[in-house]
Amino acid sequence: MNLMMLLEMAATAMGERVAVGPSGSGITCDDLMGRAAGLAGRLRASRSERLLLCGEPGAILPVSLFGAAWGGAAYVPVNYRLPDDDLRALAERASPALVVADSNGAARLAGVDGLEIVERDGLLADPSGGSETADLGDWPADPDATAVLLYTSGTSGPPKAAVLRHRHLVSYVFSTVEFASAGPDEAHIMAVPPYHVASVAAQLSQVYSGRRIVPLAKFDPEAWIDLVRDQHVTHAMLVPTMLARIVDALDRRGETLETVRFVSYGGGKSHRTVVERALEVFPAAGFSHAYGLTETSSTVCVMGPDDHRRWAASDDPDERARLSSAGRPLPGVEVSVRGRDGTTTGTGTAGEIWVRGEQVAGEYAEGGSQLDEDGWFCTRDSGHLDEAGYLWVHGRNDDIIIRGGENMSPGEIEDALLTHPAVVDAAAFGVPSREWGEEVAVCVVARSPAPTADDLRELVRARLRSSRVPARVEFVDDLPYNDTGKLLRRELRQLYGADPAPQVD
Amino acid sequence: MVELRPGARFQSTVCATEVIVVKGTGSAELTCGGAAMVPAGSAERAGEPSADASDGTLLGKRYGDGDETVEVLCTKAGAGSLALGGVALAVKVTKPLPASD
Repeated sequence: MNLMMLLEMAATAMGERVAVGPSGSGITCDDLMGRAAGLAGRLRASRSERLLLCGEPGAILPVSLFGAAWGGAAYVPVNYRLPDDDLRALAERASPALVVADSNGAARLAGVDGLEIVERDGLLADPSGGSETADLGDWPADPDATAVLLYTSGTSGPPKAAVLRHRHLVSYVFSTVEFASAGPDEAHIMAVPPYHVASVAAQLSQVYSGRRIVPLAKFDPEAWIDLVRDQHVTHAMLVPTMLARIVDALDRRGETLETVRFVSYGGGKSHRTVVERALEVFPAAGFSHAYGLTETSSTVCVMGPDDHRRWAASDDPDERARLSSAGRPLPGVEVSVRGRDGTTTGTGTAGEIWVRGEQVAGEYAEGGSQLDEDGWFCTRDSGHLDEAGYLWVHGRNDDIIIRGGENMSPGEIEDALLTHPAVVDAAAFGVPSREWGEEVAVCVVARSPAPTADDLRELVRARLRSSRVPARVEFVDDLPYNDTGKLLRRELRQLYGADPAPQVD
Repeated sequence: MVELRPGARFQSTVCATEVIVVKGTGSAELTCGGAAMVPAGSAERAGEPSADASDGTLLGKRYGDGDETVEVLCTKAGAGSLALGGVALAVKVTKPLPASD
């Protein structure tokens, strides 16, 4: 089993279709096969076991991903936004490797031991670089070979290298995507950075379904909207911060995007208000909310378009609230929520989210497999399953606030704050308290006329219960997110956790 | 007989068909074109599909048995048709999942 099976099937059935790039002049599936074969030959000649990709979304992504798979090398997209020292340290960890980089990346990585650097444009023009091109079908068949190494975003601690083997990613595609199911006019805009698992999953899914990939090098909401119009984009995947910025930009422009038939979002907490607005500015689109992790080969739970329409139209507040859920497990994926003692919690009771399935890798280069003996992986996310089998993700375990022995989900408090019409964004986190162990603190971005701290406390008291009422309320201009859209509550804890929370009356 | 498990790949010995197991475990009599399938890459092609098992396989289609215990995906199309324990496997019409990426 090799990722190349997916491209070979696509090229057999849809060889002339454009796989990536503009509809007139992009790289076809046949073309992609040819370039992957060339790059595979180059990787073999250089005896590289890793292909390190340092650069923005572009046609180079699928060429590198499939070329690496064919050549028996792991595809390792790295975060080019890291400071020089961190980037070089990461590259050192991944060496020896063949590096594909734009000219800027090549300069920044120059001199690191064990790296052979090739410039992106040169590689696209001449993938084999004079080496012998690989022969059709001669990719390694070992399903346990490493396909992709991804340095996880590390909202806590230094990044770890998650290992995804060929069998995990191929299983994911076979169980979630129908082969050649995309119409010839369909196009997917790829704006998530290459080092995000969603980029890897999206490349495989689009190629296998026959949907053209339209890469956007640098995300900016205006550029995104313009590219969607220019390339008649029909499908999009976004992290929540991107979706929020696009919705704002469309609001400012007084526009809607009618060509888009499908929007999927995930990879962080999304606010219900943004989703409700998004349903309006993408009038023709079905929406999917996906929950997944790097370690699970991307999506494990999804809430699809039918659910979105149903819950958005409901008058029942409990059903409408389901718009904030992560939906139900994919076929072949099992989800269980467990308490601290390891036993499954009942419906509606919070605990740790565990997952199991063919696509669940749960392995790090540094620490080996983290699966338990029955194949279950602990996500370190906290959540609960409701009576209809929908998964609700409350947040990272590390972010759970423990006040006087009571566990509280920051997400629940944030959702309550966001029901206030003037609250634009909110973060809840724990700060040390002599009396309670931890107290609830919140940072709020509000527009004018802004509520008072007491207004917000009253709101939380009314919607949740008094133990959730924040001891500390800070009004801020914006909240810290990492570049893949994850809220960094840890930074807020450091910022506001040092001095004791003022006493609440 | 072959051992089924998700991810296992089998080839026909009488046509170009190759499949991968998506669902199902355990020993099974998996045939294509009337001849037993073998692990992919383990045999050369010899002979032709039998006349009563030559409707062909379609690339990328899922094939399943009636009680939904086994599902294979066709990764290479061929002239033979698939059967499990002597019963023809049918193309599965699945409700498409919402794209998640």
